Amino acid sequence: MEAAELVEISLRSLWVAGFATLVAALPAVPLGLWLASIGSGGIFGRILLYAGLALPSVVVGLFFYLLLSRSGPLGSLGLLYTPYAMVLAEAVLAFPLIAAFVLSGARGRVEEVRLLVRSLGGQEGQVLPTLFWESRRTLVAALAAGFGGAISEVGAATLVGGDIRHHTRVLTTAIVVETRKGELESALALGMVLLGVALLVTALLVILERE
Amino acid sequence: MRFALGPLLLALASLPALGLRLATTTSVYDSGLLDRLLPAFEGAMGVRVEVLAVGTGQALRLAERKDVDAVLVHAPDLEGEALKRGLIAQPLCLAQNSFLLVGPKRDPARVREAGDVREALRRIARARAPFVSRGDRSGTHLKELELWRKAGLTPQGGFYLESGAGMGQTLVLAAEKGAYTLSDLATYLTVGRKRGLEALYRREDPLLLNQYTYYLVPRGAKAEEAEALRRFLAREEAARLVEGLRVEGIPLFMPLRGRCIIPRGGGR
Repeated sequence: MEAAELVEISLRSLWVAGFATLVAALPAVPLGLWLASIGSGGIFGRILLYAGLALPSVVVGLFFYLLLSRSGPLGSLGLLYTPYAMVLAEAVLAFPLIAAFVLSGARGRVEEVRLLVRSLGGQEGQVLPTLFWESRRTLVAALAAGFGGAISEVGAATLVGGDIRHHTRVLTTAIVVETRKGELESALALGMVLLGVALLVTALLVILERE
Repeated sequence: MRFALGPLLLALASLPALGLRLATTTSVYDSGLLDRLLPAFEGAMGVRVEVLAVGTGQALRLAERKDVDAVLVHAPDLEGEALKRGLIAQPLCLAQNSFLLVGPKRDPARVREAGDVREALRRIARARAPFVSRGDRSGTHLKELELWRKAGLTPQGGFYLESGAGMGQTLVLAAEKGAYTLSDLATYLTVGRKRGLEALYRREDPLLLNQYTYYLVPRGAKAEEAEALRRFLAREEAARLVEGLRVEGIPLFMPLRGRCIIPRGGGR
């Protein structure tokens, strides 16, 4: 494989996974914080969320395939076999990861934060924003987990992306193609790039968190 | 946030540029045939082609759901059925080569000595030598099932392994297991030989003919572009490109120039 194509595939992997992480984090972070703030009252939410961690990626892929297929309910959008379909599927898979991380990180601090808000004369409505700020460290781990799940995703990515060269081929699906063709050296090299990209992004997040 | 904005805008900007979607078999894709044909077409017509490499069965399912605009497939019986149901139309015979039985060099079932392909399969079954089937309703899988049927056998038991994978991966699996398998010529030459498999039964035999046909999907989203690709594939230039694809001097496909037997149920 040429270097230019490798760069292209890596960049696409990055943006699809990054976009998916963003799309998932927007609702997942508030949900995690909220579930943490209602404590044991949120037992159902917690059970559902942790069950979501076991969501099989091919089932999510199949679901989006049927939804986005031209004969499906959202077929007119023409999203099947585009990077956007991959973003959607990966976001659904990253969502419980991020929310669960935020939840478990914030749970231990809720009472402390609530006391702090009250002692400063604040309202209950200010608990969540404060909790968000106090849990920003956990947030980094949550985003890293979501991103890691998204970028290493292959089952759903193949089903809804279709592995179209120059269009929806990402690192994981390219590894499958190279393996299928018996080009094991190329597959291994792509695997190394995938590991490198994941490492780089995680390192970046950790560095951002430090300051 | 600003970091994410650039690629995001870039991605949005690329939305309307969807190209013609062609579903094809892994053999056509992995052999590099489309890598030769499509750039010439894209250059001449300015139409981008997005290739989905799946099995013939899946390609026809995609056509049925209108998720692709054209297919390039190789399972005459399935194609005939799909033609009759109006899922695909306007066949254009593009290329052919032949199937062959490949297996380990030491040939435990002595397939080399078989008089015809049916006997070769009977020898494998009798020796209970491992045999890998694609098991994925691809053109090659359907051909394999047809051959077993014609040999008067229903393969089952521990020696019969179903890979559920593309041709290349199936060949890799066969090589690892020291097993026999049915392969198309192109994928055998590009993948199987490198893995140490040998062509053990390879003869001129109408039973082993492997014919690739291009079809349009009626009322597809990119019907005009699919028609343009059909015209391009019918040209002499395309036939030459097909003819010129070789692995170590051995041609992988023979161009058909639109002339072949249209699967039954067909006609234009």
